[in-house]
Amino acid sequence: MREVAIIGVGLTKFGELWEQSLRNLYVEAALKAIKDAGVDHIDSMYVGCMSSGLFTGQEHLGALMADYLGQAPVPATRVESACASGGAALRMGYMEVASGQSDVVLVGGVEKMTDVGGDEATYALATASDQEWEAFNGVTFPGLYAMMAVAHMERYKTTVKQLAAVAVKNHLNGTKNPTAQFPAKISVDDVLNSVMVADPLHILDCSPITDGAAAVILCPADKAKKVAKHGAVKILASAAATDTIALHSRKDLAALDAVAKAASVAFSLANKKPSDIQLCEVHDCFTIAEIMSTEALGFFEKGKGGPAVEAGETAIGGKIAVNTSGGLKSKGHPVGATGVAQAIEIVEQLRGQAGARQVAKAKIGMTSNMGGTGASAVVHILEAL
Amino acid sequence: MPTARTWREYPQRYRYEAAVCKKCNKWHFPPRPVCDACKGEEFETKAMRRTGKILSHTVIRVPPAPFKDQAPYAMAVIEMDDGPRITTQVVDCGDGSLKIGQKVKLEFRRIYDDSEAGSINYGYKAVPA
Repeated sequence: MREVAIIGVGLTKFGELWEQSLRNLYVEAALKAIKDAGVDHIDSMYVGCMSSGLFTGQEHLGALMADYLGQAPVPATRVESACASGGAALRMGYMEVASGQSDVVLVGGVEKMTDVGGDEATYALATASDQEWEAFNGVTFPGLYAMMAVAHMERYKTTVKQLAAVAVKNHLNGTKNPTAQFPAKISVDDVLNSVMVADPLHILDCSPITDGAAAVILCPADKAKKVAKHGAVKILASAAATDTIALHSRKDLAALDAVAKAASVAFSLANKKPSDIQLCEVHDCFTIAEIMSTEALGFFEKGKGGPAVEAGETAIGGKIAVNTSGGLKSKGHPVGATGVAQAIEIVEQLRGQAGARQVAKAKIGMTSNMGGTGASAVVHILEAL
Repeated sequence: MPTARTWREYPQRYRYEAAVCKKCNKWHFPPRPVCDACKGEEFETKAMRRTGKILSHTVIRVPPAPFKDQAPYAMAVIEMDDGPRITTQVVDCGDGSLKIGQKVKLEFRRIYDDSEAGSINYGYKAVPA
């Protein structure tokens, strides 16, 4: 297996982009990544997307995006793993370069979510749960994460203020990110006074509905430095894991075992440990998800994720900077794009291009992308080249 | 939801039929083709007892479209006394304040009306025991 590097990145603005279509979002991010890398061709491409069928009525995204990017006849494949589609697509691209099958691979993620109303978006997102045995009975995604929060609060005495502290930190980080959807400074009281969605989760505990795309260019690490125009970052590890599709069947409602499994595989592949990581983009689709992710990834013991965020240990300048981009909460969560966008934040940090949100002396970063209520997980560890 | 898709699940939604692994005796609800404990592929059909306890709970205040007329409503993850776990609404529970460990039992109830198929979907909801 060859070592693999990311040599170019491209992001669209995240937000309610009514003037932008599904295909245009993907092509914009892809063109930016190709130009950033400075490559003159690509050998193959992937499209991470969760539910373009339900959001826009369009499937068959591999061919569509290759066509509109002017890259047909290169092979192009869509990858779906719910909200982890982007991370899963990155893993496919990584394996294609690592195997020697291709030298230059484009991995993009995209979701166009605002062509439908709130009800339809809620329905589309709920398809990441067990449709017959969870969604049929009336539960929503906020409802499922709310039940994880209640279990975590009962076991570890995690508080609603600790949940709110995640939102406050991430929105503050988002104010330093020009692509963020909601770069707004908020307070713990703002979160606790916002409308309740599913007890104990308020609307400001939830990530938003977002349009957006993200793309990266991969190539063999030994060629990366020579090829890359704006700096390269090595992928030290790419790992994935699964758990039961239904939350209710998990061994522990207050743990993300798939994230923990993917992380332990990734740490072992990279020969690193949690304390080697300076920054991490985690899947904060809800505030409780960030707390449980930081525990599953091994940054904090089980039950210590809440006190850690409240004490500022996950802020920029803290023990480990978590979601410097603003996370899904503030940056936005175009579900299929998220896993790729997480990697882009780490690349920008490791290349020293993160501006006001730059983590000092960032050398090794990590991403943790999750599908559904944690039924699938994809973890990457990246190192500055 | 297409009618056949609803009809297919009647044995579970109406009669709580579980698949009990012949090798390791683990109860599966809904039935599954492979036992996740021992990889066994042979099962006996048995009806679950309708009693269980709450493992976690919430109140849904922003419901999916088919449940609009019912919100706000309480939901819970319930561990059935025979072992399987389910996610379901909890009704007839006053102001909806539930407790982890609280005993509940399942009742046959209307879940939601499917306006597209014109059918009414029935299934289980929990009530305090």
